[in-house]
Amino acid sequence: MLTFILRRLMLAIPTLLLISLVIFLLVDFAPGSPMSEIPLTVPPEVRQKMMAAMGADKPVMVRYVLWLRQFFIVEPQYAIDALFGTDFAQGAQRIISWQSKVPVFQIIGERLPQTLTVVGTAYLIGILIALPIGIYSAYRQYSWFDIGGTFFSTVGFSVPTFFTGNILILIFAVKLGWFPTIYDTNLRITDWESLVKMLKQMALPVTVLALFNAAEISRYTRASVLENLGQDYVRTARAKGMPERVVLLKHVLRNSLIPVVTVIALGLPTVFGGAIVTEQIFKINGIGAALIGAIHVSDLPTVQTITFIFAVLIVAFNLIADILYGILDPRIRYD
Amino acid sequence: MTDTSAAPIKLEKPRSQWRDVWVQFRQHKGAMVALVLLCVMAAFVLIGPLIWRIDPNFIDPDPVKMIRLRNKGPSWDHPMGTDQIGRDILARMMFGGRISLAVATVAMLVAIFIGTTVGVLAGYFRRIDGLLMRLTDMFLALPLLPLLLVMMFLFRDAAAKVLGPSMGTFLLIVLAIGVTSWMHSARIVRGEVLALKEREYVLAARSIGTPARRIILRHILPNVLSPVLVAATLGIAAAIITESVLSFLGLGFPPDFPTWGRLLYDGVDAIRTYPERVVWPGIAISLTVLCVNYIGDGLRDALDPRIRGR
Repeated sequence: MLTFILRRLMLAIPTLLLISLVIFLLVDFAPGSPMSEIPLTVPPEVRQKMMAAMGADKPVMVRYVLWLRQFFIVEPQYAIDALFGTDFAQGAQRIISWQSKVPVFQIIGERLPQTLTVVGTAYLIGILIALPIGIYSAYRQYSWFDIGGTFFSTVGFSVPTFFTGNILILIFAVKLGWFPTIYDTNLRITDWESLVKMLKQMALPVTVLALFNAAEISRYTRASVLENLGQDYVRTARAKGMPERVVLLKHVLRNSLIPVVTVIALGLPTVFGGAIVTEQIFKINGIGAALIGAIHVSDLPTVQTITFIFAVLIVAFNLIADILYGILDPRIRYD
Repeated sequence: MTDTSAAPIKLEKPRSQWRDVWVQFRQHKGAMVALVLLCVMAAFVLIGPLIWRIDPNFIDPDPVKMIRLRNKGPSWDHPMGTDQIGRDILARMMFGGRISLAVATVAMLVAIFIGTTVGVLAGYFRRIDGLLMRLTDMFLALPLLPLLLVMMFLFRDAAAKVLGPSMGTFLLIVLAIGVTSWMHSARIVRGEVLALKEREYVLAARSIGTPARRIILRHILPNVLSPVLVAATLGIAAAIITESVLSFLGLGFPPDFPTWGRLLYDGVDAIRTYPERVVWPGIAISLTVLCVNYIGDGLRDALDPRIRGR
């Protein structure tokens, strides 16, 4: 197991390097990048200085390696310094956003909590809804509950979040006026009243994301439970006289959750990507909104860094899913 | 003693495989309903503009008339009303549906073409298998939505300059979606090819000296058709959603070329006063995707020989 984890870790490094190169080159070579948008009326020597000030006059490979160094060495040093009060970084150059002239990681640190509260809550609620529905509709296959559940999961899976989000806004915020349409990021929870306010503003975005995730996860749960219900060990358990509850919730559930757990782990990074849309609908000032904002003003360092962080998340959760699969299912041997 | 008076044995009519598939497909009620609905939608966007002959971008040149025509509710002249500069929404819905469906179909074709090529090559030639599959893994690890957004933003103006605003954006969106969604079909096809390659008929073909190219085209490709068909159907649904997400985030088609996603995006600003401008395109997108997903489910069941005939 340990060698497997080590081998997977070693494989993840070249993958990440390749992805970072792809992201860097794509953003850098694009015709719409700000390097090509300095007006022609600017005299050549001023243009030179502008390029030098942005660090854009060096060859692309040099800039790539410098960016890698900043991402993997300098920024973690700053993180450690901030945590323990040490001084590893010694004032080294950080990745600076062109738009706001602040370190990109500082922006991300400010934006991440909002995204995490909404996305994290939504994912948890989605899982909590999806598991019982998936299990029960598999147990009573072709019953009304199953037909209804399958239909709703297909609908939830097909209706895009920007439509459900706007419909919910229309019904619950505009017509009924129960919830606010805009997420207030400055809200601090200090007392009961602000907690209620927080819950109210989280309700709509969390519902949208949770429904979408629940639709996907319940499909997998149903399929996995169905597959296990037909196995021989279920018949054995029933023949021994086990109560149905134990058969279903102990024997079948444990086995059928193995693939579901991997799907949940694999789905988490895509949820971050999907949250870009939800953040846009409800005006949540999260990491997705930061990315969109940076794209619109071609703030290359921010775009590159946030995109690459998404890639790191995907690779990391792939790794976690693989390892979980090995731990949960003793039939799988990696040697 | 032989019985010669036995009735002539009734031979069943020979049946083609696709007939069997169709018979099985008709068993799936959801898929049949979805197919009918999708045909209605297709007729709406394809034949509709031939009957409803209002230019979707027509703005009345007379400013007084234009202002009077703005934000009209449903009437006989404009069954879905008019938008904030007096354009007919029904015509825009039809025109937008054309673009949305065209983008989805072409993007799916691009994705399937890349995916099948990579899958067949990786499955058939062991030497490049490792390399191609690592490439597929790398694409799967890319953060696709952020990259799509970046690609659209950075290349949109350049593409529009070279090919004109409509054709440039169309090609860019189609290519961007295609290049970022071929991975699953490549994996499916590779798995199928790996199994097919060991079959006797492939061995027979190879033993009489058939070149690899012809083995692939003649013997392998027709047999991977059914999983590819299912992947293609589901790919259309994904492409419609991706295109509308791009339009919704303001990085899709320019406003003169309304797609359903773009119409929804334009409608969001007026959602309090004119909610139907969000609801119509939203329903159109959702219904199409739902139908396509159901058809994909039905096709998967119909093409699975283990289920067929039961």
